[in-house]
Formats: sequence, C-alpha cells, structure tokens
Amino acid sequence: MRLKTFAGGVHPPDNKHRSAALPIEDMAVPTQVVIHMSQHIGAPSKPVVSVGDEVKVGQLIAEATGFVSIPQHASISGKVTKIERFTHPTGGISQAIQITSDGNDAWLEFADDPNYMDLSVEEMKQRVNNAGICGMGGAGFPTFVKLSPPADKPIDTVILNGVECEPYLTSDHRLMLEKGECIVQGLKLIMKMVGARQGMIGIEANKPDAIDLMSKLCAKETALSVVPLQLRYPQGAEKQLIYAATKRKVPNAGGLPSAVGVVVQNVGTAFAIYEAIRYQKPLVERIITVTGSVVKTPKNLRARIGTPFQELVDACGGLNQEPGKYICGGPMMGFAIPSLEASVGKGSSGLVILDKKEASDIEERDCLRCARCIDVCPMDLMPSLIVAHVKVGDLDNAVKMGLNDCIKCGSCAYVCPAHIRLVQWIDTGKLSWAEAQRKK
Amino acid sequence: MKDKVLVSPAPHIHDATTIPNVMWNVVLALVPALIASVYYWGFRALFLSLLGAFTAVCTEALIQYLRKVPIRISDGSAFLTGLLLAFNLNVAAPWWMPVMGAAFAIAIGKQVFGGLGNNPVNPALLGRAFLLASWPTLMTGGWQATRFGSMNAITNPSLISELQTIAPKAHAFVTSATPLNIAHTLRDTSFVSTFTQSPALNTDIANKIFMSLTDGSTLQNLFWGNVAGCIGEVSVFALLLGAAWLLWKNIIEWRIPLFYLATVAVLTFIFGGIPGSGTSFSLPIFHLFSGGLILGAFFMATDYTTTPLTKKGRIIFGIGCGVLTVVIRMMGGYPEGVSYSILLMNVFTPLIDMVTMPKAFGKVKK
Repeated sequence: MRLKTFAGGVHPPDNKHRSAALPIEDMAVPTQVVIHMSQHIGAPSKPVVSVGDEVKVGQLIAEATGFVSIPQHASISGKVTKIERFTHPTGGISQAIQITSDGNDAWLEFADDPNYMDLSVEEMKQRVNNAGICGMGGAGFPTFVKLSPPADKPIDTVILNGVECEPYLTSDHRLMLEKGECIVQGLKLIMKMVGARQGMIGIEANKPDAIDLMSKLCAKETALSVVPLQLRYPQGAEKQLIYAATKRKVPNAGGLPSAVGVVVQNVGTAFAIYEAIRYQKPLVERIITVTGSVVKTPKNLRARIGTPFQELVDACGGLNQEPGKYICGGPMMGFAIPSLEASVGKGSSGLVILDKKEASDIEERDCLRCARCIDVCPMDLMPSLIVAHVKVGDLDNAVKMGLNDCIKCGSCAYVCPAHIRLVQWIDTGKLSWAEAQRKK
Repeated sequence: MKDKVLVSPAPHIHDATTIPNVMWNVVLALVPALIASVYYWGFRALFLSLLGAFTAVCTEALIQYLRKVPIRISDGSAFLTGLLLAFNLNVAAPWWMPVMGAAFAIAIGKQVFGGLGNNPVNPALLGRAFLLASWPTLMTGGWQATRFGSMNAITNPSLISELQTIAPKAHAFVTSATPLNIAHTLRDTSFVSTFTQSPALNTDIANKIFMSLTDGSTLQNLFWGNVAGCIGEVSVFALLLGAAWLLWKNIIEWRIPLFYLATVAVLTFIFGGIPGSGTSFSLPIFHLFSGGLILGAFFMATDYTTTPLTKKGRIIFGIGCGVLTVVIRMMGGYPEGVSYSILLMNVFTPLIDMVTMPKAFGKVKK
C-alpha cells in the first residue's frame, strides 16, 4: 500500500529505539509539584487557593479566565506552599502554584459513569472544560475551544494525531499500545461533540504495532479508520496531517482546520477527554518520554503535572555523562531550557537530553542559495528569502512572502548547510510584525 | 550549576550538511576528471589545475584579510572555483593563465560582491570569460593531442590519408582542431568551398568528415576523453562518475542538468548537422559528449548561488542554457557556447525566481 503524506519535509534519524519498546511506568508521587498558571495558549488561569490551603488530588486550584483558557487542578495531595513565579518548562518564568505533598496521595472521589456515551453533547463539553484539558501534543490549545467550532463551519471529520513525528519521543506510541481502547472511545466522544461522521487515526509507519492494534480496534466501526503515514517530518503538523489524510488544504493566512470541516486532536488528548467524560477526572498526569544519549535508562513515565524535571531524570537513573542540552519536547520544535529546575506541563511530551557533541553550535554563514530550505518547506514557502527580508527589517515583503504562514517546524533550519537560524529569524520577524500591527 | 548547557532555539538537531562538506564533495567529484586528464596529457594537467586552485585560495585569503572578515579558505569554495577555472584551460596554456584567471574569478567574480553566496554569476565562468576576452588565441587555439595522438577523436585513417592527397587544406584544418571546432567550421560553406576546385567534391569531403566525426568510434573516444580539449572537460565518463556521486549525495539537483542536456539533445537532433548532412541519433550524442557541456551542466549550471531557487525555475534555467548553447554552437562566432549560456542564464536568475515563486500551502485563490 502506498503510504499517505504531504509534500516536502525531512528525514531526521528518529532515535526512538531507546524507549519505544518500554512500557509506561508510573512514577513515584513527587514530594513537591509546581503547577503553572500558563500551560496552554490563551489567558493564564487564576489561583483560587491560597498559601497554607490543604488540597487533594484533582481539586480545582485555579480557574479559567475567559473562553480561551483552562482551569488547573492539584496533582498531588498536600499543602499549597507557594504561589509565585517559577521557571516555566518552555523557558522564562511565570506564575505557578507550588504544592508540597502530605505523602498520602489522597484523591477526590471520581465516579465511573458507565453510560458516558449517552450524555448530552453539552454535558460532555462541560466535563472536558472542567477537566482543564489542553492539547497535549505540545502547542496546548484549550481543547474545549477546539471542540466548539463556529456554527457556520460544520465538521465532518475528526483526525486523531498519533503521528508523533518528533524524533526521540515515544509517549503517544506507548499510550496507543497500552490505552488503545480508551483512545478509540475518546475519538468517538470527540466525534459526537463536534457532530463528525468519520474518525481517523493518523500514525506514522515507524509504529507498525500501533497501526495494527488501532486498526483492529477500529475494525468493527465503519466510521473509524487508521491512516498509516509515510515516515517524514513534520507529518504530524496539523495542516500537513489533514492534507495527508483527507487531501484537504487548510487555507493559509490564519485559516483553521474547521474551515475544511476537520478537527484534529492528539491521541493523548483523546485519552484525557475519555477520562474526563467517563470519570470526570481532571488532567493531573501525563505520559512523558525521558530520553537522549546521556540518560542512563530512558523511560516513558506517567508523571504528575508539575513534577520537577530533575525528579524525572532521577527516576531514569540520572545521567551517564555531562549533558550538552536539555530539551523540553522533541528536538525539532522543543524548547532548550537552561536547567532541570522547571516542571512537567500539560504539553510536555518529552524531556530529551543531548550530549555535548550533539549540542554543538555551528556558526551562521551567508546564505548559499542552495534552496534546500525551499525544497523541504511543508508550507511551500521560501524560508531563505523571508529571512533575507527579516534581516534587513523589510517586514512588509517578508509577510507578503508568507512570514505568518510559517508553522515553525524547523525543517529548513535542519537542512541549511550555512546553519542559518531560519526559525529564529522568522520568529523574530513574526514578533516584530505583531508588535508593529498592535501599534497601528 | 557548574555544568553549562547550551540554550538555543529549535531545531536542536541538524542533518550535518555544512558548506565545507558540500564544497569538498564537489571537489571530490571532479577528481575522476582530473585523473582522466592526467592520464591523457600527463602531469601538466594536474599542475595547472592545482595552480588554479592554489591561486584562488591565496586570493580569497588575501581579500578576506583586507576586508577584515574571517578567513574561511578551508571551506573549499575558493579551491573549487580555482579548480573549475583551470578545468576550462587548454593543457598547453602557459602557467600564468590559471593564475590570472583564478585571481580574477575570486577577486572580481566573488569577493567584490561580498564573498560566498553573494556573487551574481558563476566566478569560474566569469574568470574564463575574462581569459577568453583577454587572450582569445591562447584560449581557442593551440590544442594539444592526447598521449595517444588523438586530436579530433576521429579514428578513420583512410579518410585522413585521402584528405592529405585530395584536399591538403582540409587535412591541415581537421588535424589541428577539436571536434566542435570542426563541426562549427564545416557549417561555414565559404570555408568548405576552398577545399578543392570542385564544389561537388567539397560537399562530399565535408560530409565525409562530418560522418567520421559522429561515427561510433569517434563517439567512444569522446566518451572516454581521448580528444583534444580543455583539461577538465574531455572525459564524459569521468565527469558522469562525479555527477552520479553528487546526485547520490543530494548535493546537486537533477532538474537543471536533465533539462539542459535534454534541450541540447532535442535541438541538435533537429539542427545539429552541417548543410546537407541530414540528421541521425548520433548527432545529439556527438553534441552532448563534446566540449564543456557535461562539465557545465553538472558542475557549473548547478552552482547554488547563481541558479534559481525554485524547482520550476531550475527547469526554465536548464532549458534556457540548452537553447543558448545550441544557438551559439550553431550560429555563433565560437564553436562552443556552454560557458556564455550559463553566464547569461545566471543573469536571468533573479527574474526567474520572481516569476516562479511558489504559492504558500493552502493559498486561497483570488
């Protein structure tokens, strides 16, 4: 069978062998967690507890502040010890709630609702909203918002993103193998909520066991199908995945998947949605792959939201040589962080630690015009020319050439022989442009 | 925190291609052609090639020093330009020609524009054009036969001896010229008419020469490189080896060479003969294997900096080079037109880029 794909892209070594075969391990409950008020795109949550309050696992500690926002919940039981600014997993610092464990791991009671499939759509959405779920693939868009597309844009297709095209990461892969049934239920719930008639699960060809299992689970339902995809980065980027699976192109210049009748959710998010609707369980834990050449025993860990990265590394036996770079997320789009001070966020799919050699930094040279960046751009842009405009401050022309269409997948910078920081320049351009627009 | 870690923007991995990696791979791909030229002409070919490369590297270092920018001669780009320039010379050229050409190529062709990545036209070809304009006789004559005595690659002894008796003028010309030179001159009917007193015999002689020029054994000589010509241009076989390496390593892209060669093949099949010779499939093969076409198509017309960015653009570029090459070969004052056609298309590159700019993925039709 010919595998589906988008055009362009790159083939980085996937380095998933270190952790792909390892079952998910439950991590010991940490002694302290730091839960950020900003783990998602949109307005930060607002604390509803104060220092000194006792909390149980699953208890609301911060509420949403607006439509595009989510609530936050305690992920361990104990006492609120600090509400201040902490190091954020994507770099920088922002407000967070620190909880110190009482050692009991006492949970709020969650009742199983066996008839969860028959709930009203409103009730389902409400439960998702209450559970504080945001996209768990990395970007962290509030899920409730994605499940409420505009009324004039009917949705006919839900695509679950099990592509996991980022090298090193295996958390989604393991989740599909171990919680496949629940993910399929999650998919059916999402389809109900948005009124879609077909559901697809996109999985890259390097996970044949997941493709087999999910296909078996979908076999009974005619509305569901698994779409095996070619091994190519960024196969899991939203617009590229939609194109590969349905041949529909999301309009550029700010178009959303709903414009072509599609909603995309990460498989981890689908699992969280299933738990939220069936058990009314809030999002207090997630699977994170801790891996890289310097991690002694790489693992897929089920960790509480807010677990310090240092504890993840300790759970993996520490490091076997000096680290060169800490990456929160995957190596193509993840964030380099200066230390292991930060903690697991709802979008933290991986903690990748590279050695000194892998983290070497090569000096940027003039563009050779080799056009590799153009050949690989999945958005059909000309990254080198956009950056040339950004470098001289000509933002108008950069925007004309598609500055704001860039999805920052990093394929261009990955192949650039002159080692130009194309994504960084484009990001700089985007920010300057946004600022200039605000001033107008 | 005593151990420092690197904090830099994504992506955090790279496919490990670097500029030196690209440049030295191209140099490596030219080694077979260099070996072939040493095989056919001896070590003077190597001497001139290395002299060109050495001069280019020294010029680059000197100018980078004067410009107060980092000296980056180890990236291989100057070495490559110097080598390519020398490849465009006759093995009998005086030693100062690769020196003058390479120095001009680097200084005027590359560094005045800001160095690697900023030059509008191919520096090696500009260097060659400079030499051709300044010392035209040294650049277009004085060809040296290979160690096997092959000048024009024709392997038809009866024809040669026949010419010697019936048309000494034709004989003198045929035995001192390269194949493209012969093909070019045979199209000149006023020259052909001076062979003998009889116009019918003249046409017959011209046709016989041309037939030999495009027969199987001549084409074989052209393929292996047993023919007079420029140092790095003659061995089609050696150049194709290098080209295959570059294609396999994804260093050059197939569009420009393919469309360039295909255009030349089609046009020469139709127009490539001499008056009255008709056409045959050996005609395009003769044109593909002669002169600097293979070197130009795979190693010059694929230069990153001076060729189009888009795939569509590369197709236009390749076709443009092919048309110009054939026009110059058939109608121009020179027997060979590869370098001028690439230079001309280099100048059109920004324009081609402008009209072939891709539409962003999901662009809404207006």
